[in-house]
Amino acid sequence: MTEIVVIARLVPDLVEELEIAQSGIALDTSWLRLIINEFDNHAIEQAVILKEKTGANVTIISLEAEGVDDMLFTTAAKGADRLIKLTGVDEEKPTNISLAETLSNIIKEINPDLILNGVQAHDDITGDLAPQIADLLNLPYVGYISGVSIEGGQAKAFKEYPGGLLAEMEVTLPAVLGIQASEEPPRYVAISKVRQMMSTASIEEMPGDGLITENNFVIDRMYLPEAAEKAEMLEGNEEEVAQKLTSIFQDLGLL
Amino acid sequence: MPEHIEYWGIPHEWGSPNILVYSVMFLAGAVLIFRFIMQARIWWKVGRPEARWNKLHLRIWNVIKYAIVQTRVLRQRYPGVMHIALAWSFFIFFLGTALATINTHFFKFLTGSVFSFYKLTLDVFTVIFLVGAILAIYRRYVTKPDRLTYQPQFTWTLILLVLIVLGGITTESLRLAVEQPVNMAWSPFGWLLAQGFLATGASDAALTNLHLIIWLVHLFLAAITLVILPVGSLLHVLTGPLNIFFAELDRPIGSLPPTPTDQAGIPIYVSKLSELTWKQILNGEACTECGRCQDVCPAYGAGYPLNPKEMILGISEVLKDAKSHQNGYDLSLLENSKLSKEVLWSCTTCAACITECPVLIEHIDTIVEIRRHLVIEGLIDTELQDALTNLGRYGNSFGQSPRKRAQWTEDIEPPIKDATREPVEYLWFVGDYASYNPSVAELTVKTAKIFQKAGIDFGVMYKGENHSGNDVRRVGEEGLFEMLVEKNMKALERCQYQSIITTDPHTYNTLVNEYPFAEPQIILHYSELLLMLIKEGKLELNNPLNIRATYHDPCYLGRYNGIYNDPRQVIRATGCDLVEMPRSRDLALCCGAGGGRIWMEEGKVDERPSENRIQEAAALDGVQYFVIACPKDYTMYQDAVKTTGYENDLFVKDLIDLVAEAM
Amino acid sequence: MTQDIFVLIEHIRGQVSDISYIMTAAARELAQAQDGSVVGILLGSGAENFKDNLAVDKVIYCDHAALAEFTSDAYKRTLIAILGEYDPRAVFFGNTTIGADVSSSIAAHSSYPIINSCIRITEGGGITSQVCGGKIMVDSQLADKTTIVTMIPGGYKPEQGQGGPPSETIKFSPPDLENLKVKMVQFIEPATGDVDIAQEKILVAIGRGIQTEDNIELAEELAALLGGTVCASRPVIDQGWLPTSRLVGKSGKSVKPDLYLSLGISGATEHLEGIMGSKTIVAINSDPDAPIFDIAKYGIEVDLFDFIDPLLEQLGNVKNG
Repeated sequence: MTEIVVIARLVPDLVEELEIAQSGIALDTSWLRLIINEFDNHAIEQAVILKEKTGANVTIISLEAEGVDDMLFTTAAKGADRLIKLTGVDEEKPTNISLAETLSNIIKEINPDLILNGVQAHDDITGDLAPQIADLLNLPYVGYISGVSIEGGQAKAFKEYPGGLLAEMEVTLPAVLGIQASEEPPRYVAISKVRQMMSTASIEEMPGDGLITENNFVIDRMYLPEAAEKAEMLEGNEEEVAQKLTSIFQDLGLL
Repeated sequence: MPEHIEYWGIPHEWGSPNILVYSVMFLAGAVLIFRFIMQARIWWKVGRPEARWNKLHLRIWNVIKYAIVQTRVLRQRYPGVMHIALAWSFFIFFLGTALATINTHFFKFLTGSVFSFYKLTLDVFTVIFLVGAILAIYRRYVTKPDRLTYQPQFTWTLILLVLIVLGGITTESLRLAVEQPVNMAWSPFGWLLAQGFLATGASDAALTNLHLIIWLVHLFLAAITLVILPVGSLLHVLTGPLNIFFAELDRPIGSLPPTPTDQAGIPIYVSKLSELTWKQILNGEACTECGRCQDVCPAYGAGYPLNPKEMILGISEVLKDAKSHQNGYDLSLLENSKLSKEVLWSCTTCAACITECPVLIEHIDTIVEIRRHLVIEGLIDTELQDALTNLGRYGNSFGQSPRKRAQWTEDIEPPIKDATREPVEYLWFVGDYASYNPSVAELTVKTAKIFQKAGIDFGVMYKGENHSGNDVRRVGEEGLFEMLVEKNMKALERCQYQSIITTDPHTYNTLVNEYPFAEPQIILHYSELLLMLIKEGKLELNNPLNIRATYHDPCYLGRYNGIYNDPRQVIRATGCDLVEMPRSRDLALCCGAGGGRIWMEEGKVDERPSENRIQEAAALDGVQYFVIACPKDYTMYQDAVKTTGYENDLFVKDLIDLVAEAM
Repeated sequence: MTQDIFVLIEHIRGQVSDISYIMTAAARELAQAQDGSVVGILLGSGAENFKDNLAVDKVIYCDHAALAEFTSDAYKRTLIAILGEYDPRAVFFGNTTIGADVSSSIAAHSSYPIINSCIRITEGGGITSQVCGGKIMVDSQLADKTTIVTMIPGGYKPEQGQGGPPSETIKFSPPDLENLKVKMVQFIEPATGDVDIAQEKILVAIGRGIQTEDNIELAEELAALLGGTVCASRPVIDQGWLPTSRLVGKSGKSVKPDLYLSLGISGATEHLEGIMGSKTIVAINSDPDAPIFDIAKYGIEVDLFDFIDPLLEQLGNVKNG
């Protein structure tokens, strides 16, 4: 049976305003709302799709954070078999190399055929996670994947290039793939199903206290961008603005 | 002395006619009962159990009201009169026969004036029946309204019934022609027809023979009617009253039942026939195919896949199909095209169907129960998925931060109280659209300022408030509904207040009918509050508007919760000349946003319900204001007034707009 | 460790990507601060020919059949060898389907610190990165050892990295490229027969805000009146409402129209990457905080459904004279 591991992380929800912590080099976590990294959500969906097609065993690994239990139970409701979270983690974000090391040790024990992770996380500053895990485990890595199938000891993966171009890649398993989009959009899971999982599924805890938060390069400061040159906002009611815009088009010689 | 004569003209040579009559009727009756029980027991066998025996007195009263007096049928004049003429006549005929039987075998009372009155009644109702029959024939074969089912069985039923009644009046006329009893005048129509027979100059013997033949045919036809009743269009004579008897009495229509569970406590998400309750199966069997629900359904009118009548008949179809299907009674309902997911997702839960149904069929309960299955299976469109995901994550369907929920309060001075921090008299549950939709939020600001002018002590829950959950429940996401209720209850429990007010009828509905408050609450729609403030003089409307206006009843305020008058009184108090649309009060046409429809893809539509409604208002002479009292109505009708091209003639106004203008 | 700044030059099917020139421009500034040269790395088969337009000082190129088109395994091995030999100050990789496949794994392998999402170089040779969808900026310094920097567009125009030819060309012998674990089978073209939005002068772009497939008609009407074409951001393409050939952004096309009119697009960084080259951007969005207003020339804060009819009317009037 194919073993699939998915690394899923929570990232800051950009719906809220982000604030900088006192230290000046990290995000203020007090009002931070976390949300699953959208690409990781696709990775989970891809794993479940593979399970439905080939009967794989799917393990999800994440880090302790506010809302992670809910996220893990949701993956169980979609079909994930095993849920693992790293506990004892610092408030501050660990470096990805350190996280990759800790995760690699766990993944080694599971010995999966395929490791999936979202291709990027928007709050990563210390490199992307999946390629680092791949290197530590001496496995191949291909990113920007929007479709995977497993045949024999190989994965057929479709890698996205600009302009809608795709490259069909053959990757020897075991391998790590950075998912851009799952074959089908992530499914909806009814809350009652998630709640049901809370009583039937369980989350394994593994130590995450060895994670390092200190970077191997110096961050001078973290700050909100100055709204340098914002757009010239056209004011007025809809008709007035429509007229203004039309004359702008005329001035530009477009009409 | 005139009295009822038993079996006039029927020879006794072959034994008492009693034997013939009773054996034929008992046989026919036995066949009927047997067939009906065989059919009915399947509902109990197949469907899930549901106890509906409580409040017997109410149930019997409902049968009298809806099955005998037929108040729902009488909501429409032509078909109402038509059906009453047919049905009541038969009640009278049946009563008449029963009385005659009692008179013959037990207690003689059909004598003298009692008898005369008895004869007159029967005669009059014979004519009433025939008038009804003519109305029915004209309707079914000349007018041919869309909503009826045009199949041979209906024709056969009409023919049978007309023949039976004609048989009745004819035998009586023949008897009158021969006997010419002293009280003939008490059967005026029979007597008239008797004159006709006499005019033919036929002999008494000939008339008596004819009488015998017709009498036998009449008996025979009556027996046939009984025997075929379980399979013909007359089945509703039995299933209708049964359906009425077993109607839901414990829950108001604004309160949906929770997800049912099996013995092991596992939730049941209805998709198979066997997962319906026996009552839901009975719904399918009780449908008279009158089509009134179809006529008032906004989805059907707009050209969406849903036809509520066909949907209910679909249940009956599946029951029939199940008998020969390999899955048997576990046959999936969704595979029948009348119950497909496209059909089920079209419903706006406006409750027009259940308001019209003469036999109290409960369409919405079944639709929502199957929607729960669709949600669990993820068979929802992406727009709805986004809305539900946002509701689960942020407590609003807009995907915006909960912290921005009260952003509309920013510029209001003095600042609006936070009800979670200090006690207030009125806790204002604002609602999603009133908070996050920019144009509705303007109304919310206006409302707040008017509340302040009226000097009432009110507050909002700021980010403590989540979507009330009404439409989440109607969409079938019961788990999310429960979660929202939990969150809102927690927030409400932190507050101290006297009453809850809201501008949103959907919020109003679920707070009043579904929220598990420990103590009784005073919950007001803002139209009720506004009226109160106007009457108490706290809001002075010194500038009467003198504009002709019409009012659109929101589904969840009107049909669901019976609030029709307060908004109208507010409108009149502002000096408007209120004119009603043809479909007003419980006939109001839904705007199309309810039941989660506003969160779903619109799909192909012939004419949006909101556009149809605007056309209805625009047809009223001189009406300039289209007054609404619901946030979703506001957005729907703002759009509709533009797409129908009336934006310069008909102005959509919220109640608060009128109040503000009149101050 | 030398003070040179290396850049992995990206090329797809014979075309050098814009990001390569952008990185070159950034590398030039960094090299000035570090007092080193800018070296372009060209891997491929006959890749040497790409060097002519690059404003780099030197080019190191490596030819091998296995490097003809990008695959992560072959590139990774080769780059580790090159970087191991030359030990540069810093190495730029694009935050792209090519660069991101190798940058982090090389960093892990060779224990190089890695800084993500650089948008520009600061005076004094610091790195400014843009993260969290453009909402957060991070200023950092190169570490004391070879540091990898991944780059996103937005801070430099491709023209700033064009020039050359480089004064020196060094040929590098490929390492062992046997038994590669990643093989390229084929390219799969997007559906053809549709417009090439990269050639269009006027684009009307729709995003999530269009809400339903039916509403796309409105954008088409608008595009028709303006003489342009409809394109879209990712959410619309993912729904299948428009073919992938209409996708604008990081995974789609980069466009340089005279007018880019966006309707209901918030401006996620992946999308903005594709429209940097536009002459005039006009953004319509009901959210005043939408990031797209930061790069647009003109902005209108309105619900697009309230605005589109008046706009169509105005344009129609002008068209009809």
